Amino acid sequence: MTSLLVIIVLVLLAIAIWQLTKIFDLTQVGHATLNAQVANNNDNKVQGYIMFAFIAFLYIFMIYGLIVWGPLVLDNPASEHGGDVDFLMNMTWVVIFIVQFITQLLLHYFAFKYRGTKDGKALYFADNNRLEFIWSVIPAIVLAGLILYGLYAWTNIMFVNEDEEDVIVIELYAKQFGWEARYAGEDNVLGKANVRYIAGINTLGVDMGDENAQDDKMATELHLPKGKKVLFKMRSQDVLHSAYMPHFRAQMNCVPGMVTQFAFIPTLTTEEYRMIPKIVDKVANINKLRTKHSLELTAEGKVALDPYEFDYLLLCNKICGSSHYNMQMKIVVDTPEDYKAWLAAIPTMSQQMKDAAPPVEEAAPVMNAEAPIVVLAN
Amino acid sequence: MSVEGHIHDHEEVHHHKETFITKYIFSIDHKMIAKQYLITGIIMGIIGVGMSMLFRMQLAWPEEAFGVFKFFLGEKFAPGGVMKNDAYLALVTIHGTIMVFFVLTAGLSGTFSNLLIPLQIGARDMASGFMNMISYWMFFVSAVIMIASLFVESGPASAGWTIYPPLSALPQAIPGSGTGMTLWLISMAIFIASSLMGSLNYVVTVINLRTKGMSMTRLPLTIWTFFVTAIIGIVSFPVLLSAALLLIMDRSFGTSFFLSDIYIAGEVLHYQGGSPVLFEHLFWFLGHPEVYIVILPAMGIVSEILATNSRKPIFGYRAMIASVLAIAFLSTIVWGHHMFISGMNPFLGSVFTFTTLLIAIPSAVKAFNWITTLWRGNLQLNPAMLFSIGMVSTFISGGLTGIILGDSTLDINVHDTYFVIAHFHLVMGISALYGMFAGIYHWFPRMFGRMMNKNLGYIHFWVTAVCAYGVFFPMHFIGLAGLPRRYYTNTNFPLFDDLQNVNVLITIFALIGGAFTLVFLWNFFYSIFYGEKAVQNPWKSTTLEWTAPVEHIHGNWPGEIPEVHRWAYDYSKPGWEVDFVPQNIPMKEGEEVLNH
Repeated sequence: MTSLLVIIVLVLLAIAIWQLTKIFDLTQVGHATLNAQVANNNDNKVQGYIMFAFIAFLYIFMIYGLIVWGPLVLDNPASEHGGDVDFLMNMTWVVIFIVQFITQLLLHYFAFKYRGTKDGKALYFADNNRLEFIWSVIPAIVLAGLILYGLYAWTNIMFVNEDEEDVIVIELYAKQFGWEARYAGEDNVLGKANVRYIAGINTLGVDMGDENAQDDKMATELHLPKGKKVLFKMRSQDVLHSAYMPHFRAQMNCVPGMVTQFAFIPTLTTEEYRMIPKIVDKVANINKLRTKHSLELTAEGKVALDPYEFDYLLLCNKICGSSHYNMQMKIVVDTPEDYKAWLAAIPTMSQQMKDAAPPVEEAAPVMNAEAPIVVLAN
Repeated sequence: MSVEGHIHDHEEVHHHKETFITKYIFSIDHKMIAKQYLITGIIMGIIGVGMSMLFRMQLAWPEEAFGVFKFFLGEKFAPGGVMKNDAYLALVTIHGTIMVFFVLTAGLSGTFSNLLIPLQIGARDMASGFMNMISYWMFFVSAVIMIASLFVESGPASAGWTIYPPLSALPQAIPGSGTGMTLWLISMAIFIASSLMGSLNYVVTVINLRTKGMSMTRLPLTIWTFFVTAIIGIVSFPVLLSAALLLIMDRSFGTSFFLSDIYIAGEVLHYQGGSPVLFEHLFWFLGHPEVYIVILPAMGIVSEILATNSRKPIFGYRAMIASVLAIAFLSTIVWGHHMFISGMNPFLGSVFTFTTLLIAIPSAVKAFNWITTLWRGNLQLNPAMLFSIGMVSTFISGGLTGIILGDSTLDINVHDTYFVIAHFHLVMGISALYGMFAGIYHWFPRMFGRMMNKNLGYIHFWVTAVCAYGVFFPMHFIGLAGLPRRYYTNTNFPLFDDLQNVNVLITIFALIGGAFTLVFLWNFFYSIFYGEKAVQNPWKSTTLEWTAPVEHIHGNWPGEIPEVHRWAYDYSKPGWEVDFVPQNIPMKEGEEVLNH
């Protein structure tokens, strides 16, 4: 039915256009010359004015966008380096808006102002070294500033000295289509791991023979302490994934066969972030939309949507398969005390494995023995 | 001897009776091959744009049933008219592949390089007409294979147009990585061979077959951009070919170039020691120059059309050439900006940030020079001119956000979001398409001896201009809100519920824009047969292609090849009554060269 409607609309559109052209052609009768399809004075005038109108459209659309969609944009970074990122972003936007405003104005205004006539004469202006020098050097200077600040921030964010800095090491483990986390435990060192050790509840392929692995803990919800630097070590078991934590301005790909890393300091607990006025408004707005949608759903006899409460999220942001669009994990930023309590309540992996297979004590090593000799990629 | 000989050759060719097959199918005439490229490109364009309409509908009205889905995707990929997630990924993958390679590389560069290089430099044909023909037919075969891959049982390639392994290597990871992916790789391998033959031909022709007096600094900017584009293609396409071959080895012969330590579908695979990051490097070593392969010809076309229709010389001719060369050089050392967060050493990120932002300088020079070309001109606002002005506008709008994406620090949070989609669609997608439309409107009389209807052209431009911004401008905002690309639906994230209205608006603009492309198609195909007959030089242009007769003849010029006496942009030159002096007109006594 819909396709029939679409076809009808398209046919009608085609007829309308055909008729429009006929009208246009008829208006040309009388002064049809050999070059009727080349722009004449009248065309130049009309198109010139539309150019002028277009610049108005462009600016109004831009201002409308900034007002209506501007508030949707991520704000309030929840990590320490996030402030630097947002500052650089805002500086860049200032530059972009200035250049965009001026160049689009000149381009379209010139198209309007210098709309031609049949006998008009253009200025022969082929070259001007000084002008070209100016508009090579100014962008170069502005860019130099942006590059320097960008590189400074990049270096601060990306280079982490594990040995000297006080960091908490957490492994993020990606697979089709979910995330798991592994906490390094008391020793703050993750045990070795390889997909060839995956067996039973050891879904991360941790080498349980490694002594650093004994106190490692697994979790399906990511808890982080406020104010402490967290160093994520990322692995993937199957295809590329990307650990994207937009509120923390953090993202890094997870690559099978290697360990990647990213570090940041969370600065606001989940509770604190929920209290930010802009987030309160955002959540209220989303819930309004969801209530509306729920009414439609219940009218159709479907299940209504749950109300939304803000949570930090970890999303997959590298195409990874059919259910890529639903690969997420909740992140909770706790106060350091709550974090400690939460972590303490989780049993270590070695404990879990003992519990899972009490009769055969050597269960895990036996399975490991079947695995071929493995060169660990990390 | 050569001139006499050419005439003689030409006469012989003319007497030789051409069959339908040698004239229209296996033609070795560059003008016919250009038309073949164009029509194939347009058909591929219809398919590619049509796909985007389908997945835009899914994004605006997720998981709703549509008759068109059922009609185009069938019961398997759209059961009950609801698009499946695999179908969505297949559509975005093939949309990207078709638009980037088949429309904007072959359709744009193939058409206009073939049409204009011999005509504008004053040559009888390409250096090797036969290789040119082979190039087109290999392109055709690769297009057929790509389309055929849509119909295999497990579905076409679905790993994104960048086909990163392991997703593209393992059929267990996604159904599209089965036969569909194999066909994709074969199609691309043939495409690359075709592209290389075309490029070599263009380079050799420009270097060797320029007519008397046509020095490199008298070439129209179109030829400069086609020439440089061909060189970039020769440098970078083979790298993609090698990546494709290695991927085929990994997929079919058990090697581990790109794969290591994989556990999937309940078993450990044998792959050990390879790295997906290596593939990313190889892919983007082509992938980034490819962006310039797409946009440079559009830039050349726009430069030419802006000058002609402004009745002014292009401003800063030498700076334009220098910036094309600078862009070409830089384009080969910036690929890493696609990989800031791929896991490569962050130090490399710093280097690539630096080289990437350098590209902004020649790009800025180009934009300012175009704007200055309009200043105090006598603008003839033909449809081609409108599209050229539109191209400058979208190139600026899209190019500016490149400053954000090229900066590794800022890329962290917008990487792979809709912000990227907005950026590259404006700066290379829409801009290159505008360049292509401009070229079609401008050289249509040269190709088909008839004119396209200008009023339909105006309608086409203005609706497209509004819709292009209508689609891609709001996308910046939803990208900055953190919405990842390549999500089949966003309904699993209540966080993004407030972006849904924006998505609906984008889709409506896309559907209107897509529907009005029919105006162009109608105008194009109708005018081929029934358009107004063209005069020899309808736009009063200075370049050599307009000195050839309207009827297409083998060898382009009936008599001698014209000799060139001046550069390509003597518009409104002081001392001349007319406002254009074609390149083949000798200098008057005492006339000065005013361009430096």
